[in-house]
Amino acid sequence: MAKNHVTTTINGEPVEFLCETHETMLDVLRNDLGLTGSKEGCGSGDCGACSVMVDGRLACACLMLGAEAEGRSIETIEGMAAGEELHPLQKNFVKEAALQCGICTPGVLVAAKALLERNPDPTETEVRYWLAGNLCRCTGYDKIIRAVMDTAAEMRAN
Amino acid sequence: MRYVAPSTLEEASAFLVDANGNGRVLAGGTDLLVQLRAGMANPDTIVDVKHIDELMTIKEEADGIRIGAAVCGQAMGEHAGLNNTWPGLVEATELIGSTQVQGRASAGGNLCNASPAADSVPAMIAAGAMISVYGPDGHRELAVENFATAPGKTNLKEGELITSIKLPKPAEHSGDAYLRMTPRTEMDIAIVGLGVALTLDSEGTVTAARVGLGAVAPTAMLVKEAGDALVGSKLDDEALERAAEACRKACNPINDKRGTIEYRTKIAGVLLKRVAKIAAERAGS
Repeated sequence: MAKNHVTTTINGEPVEFLCETHETMLDVLRNDLGLTGSKEGCGSGDCGACSVMVDGRLACACLMLGAEAEGRSIETIEGMAAGEELHPLQKNFVKEAALQCGICTPGVLVAAKALLERNPDPTETEVRYWLAGNLCRCTGYDKIIRAVMDTAAEMRAN
Repeated sequence: MRYVAPSTLEEASAFLVDANGNGRVLAGGTDLLVQLRAGMANPDTIVDVKHIDELMTIKEEADGIRIGAAVCGQAMGEHAGLNNTWPGLVEATELIGSTQVQGRASAGGNLCNASPAADSVPAMIAAGAMISVYGPDGHRELAVENFATAPGKTNLKEGELITSIKLPKPAEHSGDAYLRMTPRTEMDIAIVGLGVALTLDSEGTVTAARVGLGAVAPTAMLVKEAGDALVGSKLDDEALERAAEACRKACNPINDKRGTIEYRTKIAGVLLKRVAKIAAERAGS
């Protein structure tokens, strides 16, 4: 069976790749395109470590086929910083040590950025519910939530 | 395994027919990809239906709202008309999975996965929603409560797919609501899910009511007796108890780690009372 030829946009850049039908978007990002920031935790959409944006909506790259990327716009953690300039969320995660082992961090950042774009002034409860699909195996949720809340306040002030 | 992304219903159905029972429809993929990975599904053809406009749009029609089968839950939550008329259905849909899942999973997929515990289904049953199906024999319609036949089984025939779900335009002073019970508050599967849609007259007496009940039998179901018990009442304790008893009687649940038979049955009655009150509050406002 011929591979699927896919033309898509990743982090604003046009990208072409070939993939087998069974390959997920996460397989393609990590194995074919070398974008290893998105992590594989569960592979079943439960942990959120592979969170990416697909046409402006948050999704688990493990629950999407690579072939589905045709004509779509995908954003990954690699596109979050502007060159060397970290996104305010990234800066605050570093500053407030809102990470331990780091496996969940890229997915949490992508998800948190999506939240702040929709809702610049979320309550703590809203942050917790929005991020309920991002599991931290180190159970370091408190600092994550605080860093997101602090970033939201900072971005509103600027 | 091949991937196809048709842009018309006719092509989608033809691909499914060609696959000779070994084709699977891909909408949000939140169930299908898990099954593929687990080896529970190994189709020859995956038919991505997200390029068919009709399946991707929410349309307000004269007599109700039509939701494309592949519209994701988040898009349903963003639709003002749907929130205004069927808030209970929107709540039920938004309970499905995480934000990540919400950006992909669809009401059509929730129906086709045919889990007894599917959250959107009791709410759709309560709302009196109709499913539009397209296949080799053309279009047909059926009520949501007649769609699933057993866990994981539907009465879709070969080559058929859901195109849309039609919600009727509610009468004046109508309201709907949905609640579920889960051992955890988020990211869990319902041990009971219950939707109520009802209409009041100017005195606050119930003139019509439908109750959808899920996770307590092989398929979600319409509990007609429960709706009937509410009609003619002002949701006094006696009417609510009769409706709750009808829900308990309808239960035929499994016993598992999430909930025992006794617990699920008891909770079906508890939820009926809570949900009916929320629906009535909405109907009155």
